[in-house]
Amino acid sequence: MTPQSEFLILARLAPDKVAGLRALLAGMNGRPGLADPKNPLVPFGDFPTLHVARFAVLDDQTLGDLAAFNASFPDAPVYLAFLGDCDGDAEPLLDEMAARCSEGLRRIFSFCDGFNQTTDLRRWMAARSVAASAGYVNTAGRTVIQAREEAVLHQALEAELAQAAAEGVTAPQALHERLSAQVLQNGPALTPEAPTPLGWLLGHVGAFLAGALILLVVAPILLVTAPIWLLVLRRHETRDPEIATPYDRARRRAIAQAEDHDVTNPFTAIGAIKPGLFRLTIVRGVLWLLNFGNSMIYKSGRLARVGTIHFARWVVIDQGRRVLFCSNYDGSLDSYMDDFINKAAFGLNLVFSNGVGYPTTRFLMLGGAQREEQFKTFLRRRQQATDVWYKAYPGLSAYDLYRNAEIRKGLQTPGLSGEALDRWLALI
Amino acid sequence: MPAPVTELDDIQALAKAGYNPLPDACHLLLRVKDAKAARAWLKAFRPTVIADLKTRVKSAVHIAISAPGLRALGVEEAVIGGFSQEFVDGMAADPARSRRLGDVGANAPAGWAWGGAGAEPHLVLLLFAEADGLGPLRAALVNTAFEAAFTHTELSTARRDGREPFGFLDGLSQPVVDWAGKRTPGGLPDLDYGNAITVGEFLLGYPNEYGLYTSRPLIRRDPARLLPEAQDAPGWFDLGRNGSYLVLRQLEQDVDGFRSFVKANGGEALAESMVGRKLASGEPLATHAKEPIRGVGPKQDDLRYNAFTFDSDAEGRLCPYSGHIRRANPRTGDIPGGDQGLLKMLLSMLGFGVDRRADTIASSRFHRLLRRGRKYGVAGGAQGLHFIALNANLGRQFEFVQGAWLGSPKFAGMTAEQDPLLGARQPLESGQATDAFRMPQAGGPCRDLGALPQFVTVKGGAYFFMPGVRALKWIAGNG
Repeated sequence: MTPQSEFLILARLAPDKVAGLRALLAGMNGRPGLADPKNPLVPFGDFPTLHVARFAVLDDQTLGDLAAFNASFPDAPVYLAFLGDCDGDAEPLLDEMAARCSEGLRRIFSFCDGFNQTTDLRRWMAARSVAASAGYVNTAGRTVIQAREEAVLHQALEAELAQAAAEGVTAPQALHERLSAQVLQNGPALTPEAPTPLGWLLGHVGAFLAGALILLVVAPILLVTAPIWLLVLRRHETRDPEIATPYDRARRRAIAQAEDHDVTNPFTAIGAIKPGLFRLTIVRGVLWLLNFGNSMIYKSGRLARVGTIHFARWVVIDQGRRVLFCSNYDGSLDSYMDDFINKAAFGLNLVFSNGVGYPTTRFLMLGGAQREEQFKTFLRRRQQATDVWYKAYPGLSAYDLYRNAEIRKGLQTPGLSGEALDRWLALI
Repeated sequence: MPAPVTELDDIQALAKAGYNPLPDACHLLLRVKDAKAARAWLKAFRPTVIADLKTRVKSAVHIAISAPGLRALGVEEAVIGGFSQEFVDGMAADPARSRRLGDVGANAPAGWAWGGAGAEPHLVLLLFAEADGLGPLRAALVNTAFEAAFTHTELSTARRDGREPFGFLDGLSQPVVDWAGKRTPGGLPDLDYGNAITVGEFLLGYPNEYGLYTSRPLIRRDPARLLPEAQDAPGWFDLGRNGSYLVLRQLEQDVDGFRSFVKANGGEALAESMVGRKLASGEPLATHAKEPIRGVGPKQDDLRYNAFTFDSDAEGRLCPYSGHIRRANPRTGDIPGGDQGLLKMLLSMLGFGVDRRADTIASSRFHRLLRRGRKYGVAGGAQGLHFIALNANLGRQFEFVQGAWLGSPKFAGMTAEQDPLLGARQPLESGQATDAFRMPQAGGPCRDLGALPQFVTVKGGAYFFMPGVRALKWIAGNG
């Protein structure tokens, strides 16, 4: 399998440069928010390993909430975030981008602090590269090329099946043989799975062992000390102010103009972590656990019960003062939030309840997001416009990708029969 | 904590009654001509309330106000802003909302007969009467004072006979509102599907299915003491209490187009597959449940029509996932498989051991609607449905059902199918088609019907607020 990896370039920006940068970024789009894959600045479509990518100006509107904690962050930077998820290692992809889109990237980054005509682009980007605290990949190992080829395969099989039905062929066995023969003869060609890179495999096994070891060591300590930290936690939870400021409807409406044109939408958000070491420790611990769980367990289509996310990531930035959250999800923002609230409120609470103003939780997992309206307001207030967004396979939901992969598996299973065969035919 | 609903003389009875015994109806769309005269007329207006239902009513009248209507009546912007964004923005004004609702292509607000941007009705008056009783009822309401206050147009309806223009029995499934206040939502029983729903999902000012009060305008000062105090915010007066958001949409049905398509492509069985119910009897294609379902029965008709879920039809062989009634209410509990013990529940919460497809759709109880629509038109002419729904949260209820369930081509893991009756059939931006329908066939692969034509076209629509009687008096006394 080909493992996926991510990149994030986070560059500071003077507030007076925001408007100019946004105008330049808008020029990359085919319609508001959606990149033209052939845009001259960064033609994302030319990079066949790139799944999703985005440029977003992060201009936090909620810093004033810190006042409720008698804190402030007056020098909080405005950022330009450039991030993406790709097949294989991200470094060579960034090398290639920096080489091939040098002019476009230079024009974009020229709005950022510390960039001028003489700057070494690749080195500048590397210096602003930030690793995710936790990442999520819908299906580990599924490449862009696979997603695209399997979509073509599905269409071809659908057409052939309709043809067979018109000719009166209905016997499942005969259909399987006919479809297999058809694909062998007329394609589409299916790129075989690449061997797993040994280095990655060793690293993955190492990460598993290290993670398991950490859990084995930490879990008993946490358990024994539970009375103390639960007490501290409850003290925080009962005292932390909840911030009920309504969201800015005009701002939300403006962001929504880029949403729901197709199947998948981007979500970008930034928010401050509650001040103090306690909450920061929880954030880092929870994100470590989330990342471990995502890379070891939730790697075949569903994050707990939620199956609509393609890629997501959580990044602790500003020396632990804020978190950047980005995701690519199917459906509308409201239905995405409903899905999460109703299926995995505990997970939302674990991750987000350490954010300033979050609806009050109990024991880190209860309450919180179950206060549906307050939670939605919390997220809407922190949402940022995604200025430029790219997805390599428009029109396809995460479930489509899963089903198409199942169709291919069934096609390549000789002698498929009985119920399994019926189910396979129903998939097409 | 749950308590019975007692303010029966404050709640417009439409929340409780669909008035099946009153077969004639019409809806008047009003624009305020003279705000002062309008307020005076509203002060004197008395809608039918639940308390009136103690005796058999011979007619009923209801009123609801849109956001532009509140503005026209002189209600302050700060108060209007206490209503939800969906209501304040309106059904038609935001292109992003139109995309989510499927109001694109032939459904786009630009082509609506009423309700498009700038042409929103300010109020809607709903009149229900016994056969041929509409004339006197209308005449009593539309008097000189009314004419001085409003201009109006009329949406007439056809006499109710229980069937919608395509020929199916309509309104068979409705949530059962927990008027008695017996329900504590979110417990173990909700792991399974149930049809009993808290009052707060339909009326503002009561706890909803999360056990919380949906936000609504709360007023600091009410010198005339017209409004009730907010249950969840002592010292504040509740303009929302006993009120509900009313969705009105004119859905024109191409009856000839539907009938000829069905006739040419498989007849009654196809139509039934598209709907999920039998044409003649209204019974579901899915098999009846062995276990009782909360909020279904004991009436025989209700059991016949509604004692089922789709749990035993995980492959969509009996009722396709795209079937209209499966989309409009997937009848799912909080976890697929329901209550199977603590361990199973914890594992399910973490995503283990639940069927991937079954779990694409969860917790139907947060997305229910009370439907009060009436059909209009006569055979040979323009026909359709004046769809009316009541709910407390437009985003989570009406817009969710319309966008994520009926309108999404990706609903429950499908690729290119929208609701076979209601779909707008417009491809997505990527070119992804949305006009497919796959009819299950006994003992073989599904039959692909290819591109369905559009059968239903949206001709108008608006969001209204149907206030409690005291709130109506407050609105009429303001400005």
